[in-house]
Amino acid sequence: MDWIFLTELAINGALTGLLYSLVAIGLVLIYKASSVPNLAQGGLTMLGAYVVLALSRDAGMPLWLAIPLAAVIMFGMGFGIERVALRRLAGRPVVMILMMTLGIDIFLIGTTLAIWGGTSSSMNLGISYEPLLMGDIFISRIHLVGAGVALSLFAAFMLFFRTRTGIKLRAIADDYMASWSVGISVERGVGLSWALASLVAVGAGVIWGEIQGVDQSLSILLLKGLTVAVLGGLDSILGAVIAGVIIGIIENVGAEFLDQFVGGGSRELIVAAVLILTVMIRPHGLFGRHDIERV
Amino acid sequence: MFYRLSGVHYDSFASDSRIFKVPADRNLAVFFLLFGLAAPFIIPSLYLNSYMLPWLLWTAAALGLNLVTGWAGQLHLGYAAVMAVGAYSAVHAVRFGVPWEFALLIGGLASSVIGSLFAFAALRVKGLYLALTTLAMQFVMDWVLNHSPTISGGSHASLQSPTFALLGQEITSDVGYYYVGFGWCVLVTILMLNLKRTGLGRALVAVREKDFAAAILGVNSFYYKILAFATSSFIAGVSGALLVATFFFLAAPEQFSVGVSIQVLAMVIVGGLSSIIGSYFGVALILLAPGLVNGLVVAASGGLGMQVTDETLAHIPNAIYGALIVIILLIEPLGLGKLYGNVRDYLMVWPFDQLRK
Repeated sequence: MDWIFLTELAINGALTGLLYSLVAIGLVLIYKASSVPNLAQGGLTMLGAYVVLALSRDAGMPLWLAIPLAAVIMFGMGFGIERVALRRLAGRPVVMILMMTLGIDIFLIGTTLAIWGGTSSSMNLGISYEPLLMGDIFISRIHLVGAGVALSLFAAFMLFFRTRTGIKLRAIADDYMASWSVGISVERGVGLSWALASLVAVGAGVIWGEIQGVDQSLSILLLKGLTVAVLGGLDSILGAVIAGVIIGIIENVGAEFLDQFVGGGSRELIVAAVLILTVMIRPHGLFGRHDIERV
Repeated sequence: MFYRLSGVHYDSFASDSRIFKVPADRNLAVFFLLFGLAAPFIIPSLYLNSYMLPWLLWTAAALGLNLVTGWAGQLHLGYAAVMAVGAYSAVHAVRFGVPWEFALLIGGLASSVIGSLFAFAALRVKGLYLALTTLAMQFVMDWVLNHSPTISGGSHASLQSPTFALLGQEITSDVGYYYVGFGWCVLVTILMLNLKRTGLGRALVAVREKDFAAAILGVNSFYYKILAFATSSFIAGVSGALLVATFFFLAAPEQFSVGVSIQVLAMVIVGGLSSIIGSYFGVALILLAPGLVNGLVVAASGGLGMQVTDETLAHIPNAIYGALIVIILLIEPLGLGKLYGNVRDYLMVWPFDQLRK
C-alpha cells in the first residue's frame, strides 16, 4: 500500500463523505428544531432529484432554472409534510413519530416511482467525468463540486442561524416551551425546518443523481446520512460536516483493506458498525448536546 | 347490549383473572377459533393459501414484535433479521437431517440467542437510539446473509426448503399448511392473551412505563428486557421458519431485508401497540390492503379508459402501503386496536349510554 494511493483514497473518501453530509444536514435541521428523527430524508432526496429531472427533461427547462424552481417546490412540500403529518403527532411517543416518518418515506418513494417510473436516468449536469489530476492523485470532478455545494450550504446555514429567523429556530431548538412563552411561533419554526431540509434534499438529490443516476437507490442514502448525523451529534450541523468527512475516509480506506478479506461490499458493514459503535460508546455524537437519556 | 356487562361480577381471584371478562369477547374468540378451524371447508383453496396463511403467520410474527415493542416498550427495527436467523437455522437443520419439530425449536432458540444480542443494545440506550442500533444490526445481518454462501446457499441464490413434515407425516397440501400456520398463530395468541395476567406481563409493562420506577418497585429491568427480547425472538424465529417452510418454500435474503423489518413494525403500530386483536387488524391491513386497492385501481382505470403503465401499477401498492401508515397514524395514533376498542366501549353501554350524561 503506497502513500499516494492511500492519500487518493482518503481525499476521495472525504469528498464522498461531504456528500453524505448533504443528506445528514437535512436530518439534523429537523431533529434540532423538533427532536423528530426524520427517516423520510431518503425519500425527500429522491423526490428532489425527480422533481429537478421532471422540470429539466420533461418540461424542457434549462438546469439553472429547473433547480431553483424545484427548490421552491420542495420548500413548499416540506412545509406541507410538517403541517399535514407531523404537527398532529407532536408530543406522541417517539415510536409513532418514527413510524410516521417511515410511512412518509415509503409513500414518497412509491408515489415518485409510480409517477416517473423506476428506470435510472441521468441528471446531465454537464460536469465532465474526466478525473482531475492533482500531482499523482486522481480526484472526481463531480465529487469536488458536490463537496463545494455541501460546504457552501454549511456556510449558508451558519449565516442563516445569525439572522432573526435563524435565531428563532435556535431558540426553538434550545427550549421550545420557553420559545412559546416569549411569543415565537414554534409550529412555524418546525415547519420552516422541514422546508429547509427539503431544500437541502434537492441539493443532495441533484449531486447524488449525477453520481449514481436518478433512481430508487437515492433513497438508500438514508442509512449513510443517518450514520453521519448520529456520529456528528443529531443536533449539530458542524458535527454533520465533520462526521461526514470522517465516515467518508473510514469507509473508503477501510473498504479497500477489508474487501480483500470478505470479498467486496464491506462499505455497508463499515457504516453500520460505525453507527452501532457510536450509539454504544457516545450516543450524543461528537458535537451533540449531552442530554441523551441513557438507561 | 352486545358486550353485556350485567351478571359479570367477581367473587374469587380466579374469576377476576380470567382471560375474557366479558362473555361477548369470549364468544367472539370462540367463534373465530371455530371459523379458523372450519376455514378450509368454507374458503376456496386459492384464498386460503394466498391470503389466510400469510395473514396468520405474519400475525404470529407481529405478535412477537408486539411483545417487545408494545409490552416492553423497546423499539426494534431489526425484527426481520431475527426471523432470518430462525428460518435459516431451521432449514439448515432439516437439510442436515434433523426432523422438522426439532428444527423449528433449533430455529427459535438460535433466534433467541441472536435476538438477545439486540437486547444488549437495549440495556445501553432506548427510544430513537435503540431503533437506530437495531436498524444498523439489521443491515449487518443483511450483509452477512448476502455475503456468506454457506448460509444463504450462494450469493444471490436461495435455499430450497425441504418438504415440511410433522410427527413423521409429510405435509404437502394447502389445507395442511393452513392448519400448521393456524395452530402456530393460535399458540402465540394464547401466550399473548395470558401475558397480561402474569407477573411477567406486569413487569414488562412496568419497564415500558418507566424503567427506573420499575427498578424502585423491585423489577429488574435488565432481566426483563433480555427476557422480552429472547421470547419475542423465539416467536420470530419459529414464525420465520414456518413462513419459509409453508409459504415461500425457499429462503432468500430479500425475504428478511430491512424493508420487512419496517413492514412488521408498521403492522404492529398500525394495529396498535400492546393490542392483540389490533395485530390481527394491522397485519390484514398492511399485508392485504395494498394488493386489493391495486386491483381497484386496475379496475377503475380500465373502466375510465385511462392508460396506466405496468411500471406505475407496480409501484402503486408501495405508495398505498406508505399512505395507509400515515393515514392510520393521523386518524388514531394508537392504531386499529384502539378504534376497535372505541366501538366496543360504545357498544358496552349502548343503549343506556345516554343515562351517564
